[in-house]
Amino acid sequence: MKIRQTIIVSVVGAMTLMGGMAAADILRIGVEGAYPPFSQKEADGTLSGFDIDIALALCEQMNRECELVEQEWDGMIPALVAKKYDAIVASMSITEDRKKRVDFSEKYYFTPSRFIAKEGATFALTPEGTKGLKIGVLRGTTLQCHVEKTFPGADLRLYNTQEDVFADLVTGRLDMQLNNTLGALDGFLNTDQGKGFAFFGGDVDDPDCLGDGTGIAVRKGDPLAGELTAAIEAIRADGTYATINNKYFDVDIYGK
Amino acid sequence: MEPERTFFEYLQSFSEAKSPIDFVLIYDNLGRFFDGALVTLQLTFLALLVGGLIAVPLAIARAYRKLFFSPVIRVYTYVFCGTPLLVQVYLFYFGLGQFKAVQESFLWDPILSSPWWCVVIAFTLNTAAYTTEFMRGAIETTPHGEVEAAKASGMSALTRMRLVILPNAFRRSLPAYSNEVIFTLHGSVIASTVTLQDLLGVGRWLNGRYYLAYEGFLTAMIFYMAIVLLITVALRLAEKRLLGHLRPRETSSSAAARVAA
Repeated sequence: MKIRQTIIVSVVGAMTLMGGMAAADILRIGVEGAYPPFSQKEADGTLSGFDIDIALALCEQMNRECELVEQEWDGMIPALVAKKYDAIVASMSITEDRKKRVDFSEKYYFTPSRFIAKEGATFALTPEGTKGLKIGVLRGTTLQCHVEKTFPGADLRLYNTQEDVFADLVTGRLDMQLNNTLGALDGFLNTDQGKGFAFFGGDVDDPDCLGDGTGIAVRKGDPLAGELTAAIEAIRADGTYATINNKYFDVDIYGK
Repeated sequence: MEPERTFFEYLQSFSEAKSPIDFVLIYDNLGRFFDGALVTLQLTFLALLVGGLIAVPLAIARAYRKLFFSPVIRVYTYVFCGTPLLVQVYLFYFGLGQFKAVQESFLWDPILSSPWWCVVIAFTLNTAAYTTEFMRGAIETTPHGEVEAAKASGMSALTRMRLVILPNAFRRSLPAYSNEVIFTLHGSVIASTVTLQDLLGVGRWLNGRYYLAYEGFLTAMIFYMAIVLLITVALRLAEKRLLGHLRPRETSSSAAARVAA
């Protein structure tokens, strides 16, 4: 089967182009593209990463023609609601707040989140200890919710892409950053850029904000959620998931 | 009889009754929008003030074609008027931060490490470039008679500049300057791309925090409109006062013509 990969960089582009191209049988999937190793853009402009491979595998499993639509993170849910695409495969955690706007499939992976700071940093992860500390997170993530709720005195800085967060951590504009541990390892700590930085503190425990696992978001009431859950179970069972998983990670990131 | 409802209760029931816009969230976060408006106004007017001060000597040097200075200033204005403001801000924020030498210099902390200062510097240089060019135009078009009259009454070059040329050039560039003020305000949204919580930044924060599509943007838009309205009214009053002598005068015949029409 044919899998079309359309890359539309800007929101505006997505809005104008997709409106006309929408055909009923093509499943349009919203993806990000700046969140390695889950999604990233190669030098030639194509998308790659765990989320991308999973999305394509699910399409194959469901026997649907798919189209990937690139969207910046903070417009992800609004664009889904506005029918720019039909599902989001972009490492989106299933949270109560988001469930007010969209429905989710069952999780397709679960990884904890942790802070990263300079090696040997000695902050206290308490509301007092983080007062005035410059903490960077991606705008519109569960981590924004966590830092705002738990450390209201911190100087929280919101970024458009995770890559910008890492860049500012390196320049020293940030004291700490918070994101998914696997994304942090492959996207930063295990790269040259991440030398001299390390995880700080343990896994963040905040189910209210962080939710329980990463799922595929669809519009409210869309039966697609059930179909996607079935497809996730199927690729878990037939080994496709494991193949993709092992391409990027040493451990099974599906979680318990 | 129905009991009196407070404004908030009314808002709540309206928002829950399938309103496409969640007014309660906007109402709850209005304080943040006012903070954001303050950041936007600070950035805009600090840049305009400093940029304006820089522009005056540069415009004079350009208008009188000072050797060496004039071409250098022309290159500066060409670069800053000819490239997008977003690129300039990125260059100061992300670009300069890449160099170890910059990170270790005295400029890093507290100036270049702060998004606020990076944005102020970029905005200032940008608005100074535009202001230089239209002020140069205004100085160059000073009516020759005014300069001659000033010379004839024995004014020195400096006094002529101070009392005749500059005040009139300022007056004549006021309409162009009104545009520049509004453009700078519009351009200030770029601050939100480098983590500043300006008006648009707060709007994006609200959208991001509650996964909304337009509540944040809509509220920011209303704030921008209110600010632009205030600026426009203020500048219109200034124009009326300072450029009064250029307005068509109300005469008895023109009033009569209007009545007849």
